[in-house]
Amino acid sequence: MNNILTIAGRELAAYFATPVATVFIVIFLILQGAMTFNLGSFFDRGQADLSPFFTFIPWVFLLLIPAITMRLWAEERRQGTIELLLTLPITQGQAVLGKFLAAWAFCAIALALTFPFVITVNLLGNPDNGVIASGYVGALLVAGSFLAVGSALSAATRNQVIAFVLAVAVCFVFAVASYPLVTDFLSRNTPALAEIARRLAVLDRYQAFTRGIVSLRDLVFFASFIGFWLFLNTVLVDQRKAD
Amino acid sequence: MSGANASALIEIDGLTKRFGGFTAVDNVSFTVKRGEVLGFLGPNGAGKSTTMRMLAGFMIPTSGRARICGHDVQTDGVAARRVLGFLPEGAPTYPEMSVSGFLRFCAKIRGYRGSELDDRIQGALGLTGLQGVRLQPVETLSKGFKRRVGLAQALLHDPPVLVLDEPTDGLDPNQKHEVRALIARMAPDKAIVISTHILEEVDAVCTRAMIISNGRVVADATPAELQQRHPSGKLDDVFRQLTIKNAA
Repeated sequence: MNNILTIAGRELAAYFATPVATVFIVIFLILQGAMTFNLGSFFDRGQADLSPFFTFIPWVFLLLIPAITMRLWAEERRQGTIELLLTLPITQGQAVLGKFLAAWAFCAIALALTFPFVITVNLLGNPDNGVIASGYVGALLVAGSFLAVGSALSAATRNQVIAFVLAVAVCFVFAVASYPLVTDFLSRNTPALAEIARRLAVLDRYQAFTRGIVSLRDLVFFASFIGFWLFLNTVLVDQRKAD
Repeated sequence: MSGANASALIEIDGLTKRFGGFTAVDNVSFTVKRGEVLGFLGPNGAGKSTTMRMLAGFMIPTSGRARICGHDVQTDGVAARRVLGFLPEGAPTYPEMSVSGFLRFCAKIRGYRGSELDDRIQGALGLTGLQGVRLQPVETLSKGFKRRVGLAQALLHDPPVLVLDEPTDGLDPNQKHEVRALIARMAPDKAIVISTHILEEVDAVCTRAMIISNGRVVADATPAELQQRHPSGKLDDVFRQLTIKNAA
């Protein structure tokens, strides 16, 4: 556990030592603000809640999170530091978890900086802050899921562009797995898979959180989803580290 | 520990690495005892770095085994890496970190805390002459300083086994001399493997030289014995004779 935290701490400090952190956070806040106020008609709706805000978060994440994860392993390879990191007395699982936790903590910081939205709705009306809190938990879990997917794909290829495009594509498929786009196609061809796809839909699970419903089932889903991709990540690092 | 070779800190047995149809390292076996400094020589692409990567547990061998202080690098990797100081090829370090920040990270991973952590960092900075630049980001340092940061990281925990891939590459003659003197000072208590292109380095620090060509060991002897294999008595000529003949 100590090793995981040491690695995570180093990684997180590296985000802030380079312009990556500033650029990401500024663009995230601008995009999220523009979407919420313009597309989501935050004021015109006349309702004291953050539902337009939460509607757009997964889509902003879909674009920005692969930009964080594409460099997670590819950068270590490019600099050769992967050879240093993996010849320290740590397990590969610890390295994978440490990097993932740093990226997740970074997303949590970006999310926390959206606090002016919460203050705004509280000044304008009496929102249900419990629903807002569960919405944030859901957003954090979506971020974790996309990060886990992106991190595994970053370990699979040396090329950062490929890692980015693959991560956007795979995250998109899991995000909309319950949408007619996917299920119609699957139920025409393989009905059994359509049911599975519906259950793996990340956005469906997330929407429950934005309505204030935190169920154990959804928490277990997110934990297993993240766990599966991190396991795959560890296997990929082990297989491809020296390529 | 394998009983027969209780004093051997590094044991390599039939190590082979193939990339597709290309055999980079072909059935290499050797042991290194405490007090020995093994110079690993060979032309570029002979398999020196690949062998060292397998020894450090970074690359998975196609077949064969490597043990460090009795710990198999594949099945008991964390224990093996704990007693190993490894300088990878090119001495990679995180460019945005300061020298002492980077060493602090490595020392924490190695389990040091509190005042012992500071002592370890100070010790490594002192051994490699890095005190003057300890607060500078690694990316602002010259090639020679970067190499020394990599070396400091490998020496930090005073490991019984050192594997250094081209430790003096990019250093100026004075720095080369210092690093060689450092290796010579540490030699009695450790098993050390260094790879190098510089043949005079073998004379200066190594108790034993191994020439590797096309993935195979073509010579393994003391530097003095090797020199006698060519009428001229020069290591350069022996090296050319062994590696060019073998490549043909």
